[in-house]
Amino acid sequence: MTGALPVALGNYVALASVMFFIGVVGVLVRRNPLVMLMSIELMFNAANVLFMAFARAWLQNAGQIFAFLVITVAAAEAAIGLAIVVAVFRSAATVDVDEVRSLHG
Amino acid sequence: MIAFWIVGAIVVASAVWTVTARKPVYSVVGLLINFAALAALYLSLSAEFLAVIQIIVYSGAILILFLFVIALLSSGVAPFAQGPNRLPRIVVPAVAIVAVALVGLVAGINGAAILTPSVSPSGSPLGPVGSAGVFGSVADFGKALFTTHLLPFEVTALILMVAVIGVVMLAGDQTPYVGSSKQAARVERQAREAILRGGDR
Repeated sequence: MTGALPVALGNYVALASVMFFIGVVGVLVRRNPLVMLMSIELMFNAANVLFMAFARAWLQNAGQIFAFLVITVAAAEAAIGLAIVVAVFRSAATVDVDEVRSLHG
Repeated sequence: MIAFWIVGAIVVASAVWTVTARKPVYSVVGLLINFAALAALYLSLSAEFLAVIQIIVYSGAILILFLFVIALLSSGVAPFAQGPNRLPRIVVPAVAIVAVALVGLVAGINGAAILTPSVSPSGSPLGPVGSAGVFGSVADFGKALFTTHLLPFEVTALILMVAVIGVVMLAGDQTPYVGSSKQAARVERQAREAILRGGDR
């Protein structure tokens, strides 16, 4: 098996960039906090694609370890984010992020 | 080679669906397809352990958590369907700028020479996915995780513990902000009625 990637490295960078961009647009455009959290997950996964591709390109375990840590942090972030959504829904009686202003200070 | 383009098309299409779907449940389904396609992509990058982790942790745990919250918040009320209702005026120029930047990025990176070594730092060679002891296999990943990168792994445990405690503090209490449980029930009833009246404003 040769050391070359299935496709050139730049294609993975392009795929991850497009995915990250879609995630950014989702966070900016949507008002539903659940969909915003899912868009954040998309961005986490875009970063993971890059870690995997570069780990494979230079045959470094550190990239895969880092992707593993990113998955762990994403799990913690999703749990806390969803807990905040549930708490806000209970107290503010809405799930529209434009109507939740009590945290603005 | 062709697999990358098929998987890439699925990844982008499902990501767009995730962001544009009207109901959050459809977004979860889009995300599920996205993560499954990414697992296939990881397999093609000799990351067999992380492909399995992707399925188990993301599809099995995180997405189910999303589904539970959606079921919890929309039980008894109409599903709070809200489309992409912020006017995305900046999207068109942003897409143009990103597209131009991407072409330059891909050309620049593809022009650079990559010298893939024959053996990884943990001593594993590149080989077919699924073979024992190759780069990215469970043994190779575990060896690196528990020797060279032990400290980050332990910090991960701390992060998860803090997250669990935080979730219990945030959502474990039945009445976090309102005074009595009767008042909480009233607030929740008002929320459901408001959503039923026209949550999709």
